[in-house]
This record gives sequence, C-alpha cells and structure tokens, in this order.
Amino acid sequence: MSRVGWLRLALIAGSVLTLEAACRSGLIVPFTMIPPSEMAVALVELLSSGKGWADVGRTLRIIAICLVAAVVAGLLLGIVLHLLPRLRRAAEPLLTSYYAVPVFVLYPTFIMLFGANDVPLIIIGALFAVIVMAVNTLTGLQRVPPVLLKVARMQGLGPAATVWQVMLPATAPFLVTGVKLALAYAFIGVIAGEFILSTAGIGHAIAYAYNDFDNRTMYALLLFIIALATALNLSLHAWEQRLLRRLGKA
Amino acid sequence: MRARLDTVLLVAVLVAIWQGLHLIAGDLALSSPTDTVARAAELLASAGFWRHAAASGGALALALAIAALGGIGIGVWLGAHRLSGAVAEPFLIAFYTLPKITLYPVILLIFGLGLSAKVAFGALHGIMPITVFVMAGIRNIDPVMVKTARVLRLSPAQVVWRVILPATLPELLAGLRVGLSMTLLGTLIGEMFAAKAGIGQLLIRAIARIDSQTILALTLIMFIFALAMNGILLAIERRSRGAGGEAAIESL
Repeated sequence: MSRVGWLRLALIAGSVLTLEAACRSGLIVPFTMIPPSEMAVALVELLSSGKGWADVGRTLRIIAICLVAAVVAGLLLGIVLHLLPRLRRAAEPLLTSYYAVPVFVLYPTFIMLFGANDVPLIIIGALFAVIVMAVNTLTGLQRVPPVLLKVARMQGLGPAATVWQVMLPATAPFLVTGVKLALAYAFIGVIAGEFILSTAGIGHAIAYAYNDFDNRTMYALLLFIIALATALNLSLHAWEQRLLRRLGKA
Repeated sequence: MRARLDTVLLVAVLVAIWQGLHLIAGDLALSSPTDTVARAAELLASAGFWRHAAASGGALALALAIAALGGIGIGVWLGAHRLSGAVAEPFLIAFYTLPKITLYPVILLIFGLGLSAKVAFGALHGIMPITVFVMAGIRNIDPVMVKTARVLRLSPAQVVWRVILPATLPELLAGLRVGLSMTLLGTLIGEMFAAKAGIGQLLIRAIARIDSQTILALTLIMFIFALAMNGILLAIERRSRGAGGEAAIESL
C-alpha cells in the first residue's frame, strides 16, 4: 500500500480509537453516543437476528429502480438540452437552483397522487437524481472537441457511427461521473424520504430507533449506512478508473 | 434578454403541466397553480410567516457563516498541502454521498433541540461543497503566478491578496453559491424536526395536516428565494470569471 493509503488507514484508526476512548472514559455519555465497538457488535447482532434485512432489501431495491429511471431520463434530458441551445439557456437558472429546494417536501403530495405504496418514494429518489445526471450528460456533450466531429465528418461516418464511435467515448467520463452522482443522490433522496415519512426501509428504521431512544439499533444502522455508502462509492470509483484507463488506451 | 424571455416561456410551460396534473389529480392532492400562488401571497402577507422566515433566515446566515469559514479554511489547507489533500479526498467524497439526514439524530443528541441543532445541520450540508471548490481553486492556480509573485518579492499578505484571492475567486464564489443551496436545504430539514419556529417547521406542520396548498405554496416561496439568491451569486460569479463565464452550470 502507498504512503497515502497508510495515512488514510491511520486517520480512520485514530478517529475510531479516539471516539472509543472518549465514550469509554465517559467524556461522551452513552445517551449521546455509544462506543464504535458496541455499534459494530449491535450491527452484527441486528443482521444475524435477520430483523434488519427486510428493510435493507426494500431500500436497496427502491434505490436501484430510482437509479435506472434517473439515468435513462437524465441521459435523454441532457441530450435534448444539448440539441436545443435555446431551451438550454432558458433552463439554466432553474437547473442551478434545483438542489436548493428539498424535493422530498413534495412526498406527501406524491402519496396523495400515487397512493401509499413504493411509487412516491421512487419518484422522490429519481427526481433527486435525474438533474445531476442530465447536467453531467449535457456537460459531456458540450465538451466533445469539435475537431473529433470534424474528423468523423471527413471520414464519412454516418450519424449512428458518429454517436457510437466518437460522441460516446468522448462523453463517457462525464456519463460515469453522472451515474456515480446519480447513485449518491438516489441514495440520499430515498433514505431521506424514508426517514421523514415512510413505514419501512432503513431510513424509517433509523427514525424509529431514534424516537424509541434505542441508541444501539440507531447507531448500528448508521454504521451500516456509512459502510454501504462507502462500499458503493469505492466500487463505482474503481469502475470509473478502469473505464478511464481503457478509454485512455483506446 | 432573449434567454430571459425563454426562461419565462419555460416556466409558463411548467405551470401549464402543473395545471394539467392538477386537473387529473384533483384539488385535494395537488392544488392548482393559481390557488398555490394565492396561498403564497396570503402567507407572505401574514405576520406569522415573517416570524418564521426571520427564524430561518437567522439560522441560515449563521450556518452559512460557519460553513464558509470552515470550508475556506479546510479547502485552503487541503489545496495547498498536497499530501493532506490526497489523504482527505476519499473521505470528502464518502461524506458527500452519505445521506446526512441519517446523521440528524446524532446532531440532535449532541446539540439538543433548538437553534444550535439546525445551525449545525445547515453548516454540515454547506461546508462540503465550499471545501471542494476552494480546494480545486487553490490547486488550479497557475504555478507561474506564484513564481512571479516570488520574483517580484511580494510579502505573504500581498501574495494572498493580489495573487491567490483573485485567482481562486471564481471557484470561491461557485463554492459559496452551491454551499448556500446546500445550507438552505440542511437548515430547512433541521427545522422540520427540531425547532419551535422556521419555514421548515411550517412545512412539517403542513405535511402533518396533508395541506397540499400550503406545502406547495411554501415550496414555491423557497424555490423562488433559492432562484433569486442563486441568480445574484451567479451574476457576481460570471463577472469574476470575465469573458469566459460559461462554466457555471457545470459546477452544479
């Protein structure tokens, strides 16, 4: 492992140990936070008891649906905005302010519209993720070097071949970033929605444990979410790097 | 000018879609645009709303100040010191992806109910984008500029004031713009759960009553507020970038 890698590991270990010491010594009371080691034990207990899995499965399934919907819709929206410069300029102020509004306050409205099922939550997650995908698609398309398109024209490539062999590889890094961020936003949107107003899922389980003063379960679930978010991130990052390397070679 | 006219047209189309959805869904689920605007006007005219708005505004300002100071400080450090930056980067990304709302119970347990919890929550949301933008800005400073400053024997204060600040200003402003959006979001969420006053509190009460008119009216007011703040900061940012001011949308 590189020096930077070791330093990161040391930083994590140091923070966890400091927290552990602070909790054990009574500097942080158990009412506020339980020691990290106990969080891990509580998580293992929770998962081995089989209680948490239904919530986890449900949340992950909804996030996956949101991601697919947001990526497809965001891709289309990005392409449309790229093709229509007038619409793009008109939409720009709306797009840049989009994330300042907590979309999930519309959750009750969606429940009224679509009923008390998974659909409102899926819409919330997808709405949260779609714009970041659209913006990255748009940026990628705007950044395709004009010289590549000129070369494609000189080589007599048809429209389909131009898109497939020139545009797609040139925009791929932005698309991957878009997918990565869309996943992050779908994750945030779904869990936030569950936290505020839902009867199932990890977000709801955390809110429930908090209202129940059940700190052990709450911190176990928090640890689970942190681990899950980090694992998803790392795997997407690895995928991104591999794709970039391959594109670099090609 | 034409772009502005087009934006108005686009908004008109969106309102028309809204009206269409309203006609399909009915009054109870989705109030009509006109009803919503009327409700928003009613809210804006009431003294009670402004009391809540003042509470939110105060918390937002405080949270933004903390996020800006913290973000600039950490961003400069991580941008200037390569090793620290390299070590910290994955943590920044992981923290960014984390649904921070799940940390809310922890914030409440640490800070208790009231102003400090919502300020802390707002600042927690806003500090990350500011840090990332400032870090990128510092890293992207052309080394030639710093070398020139050394050749000209500028004092450290002069280097910061005459070279580093102007060179990173566009990124700093972009960071503050995105940070403001995030801080607003965080403060509102904070108010939804633990506050006696504030727009977020009004929202959660409306949600509890399933009062779709008030929910949409408040969302509309918040969106227009966010749009206005964003527009002002975007204009300042464009000016600081000079002629090449296109990049704003990419920094979402």
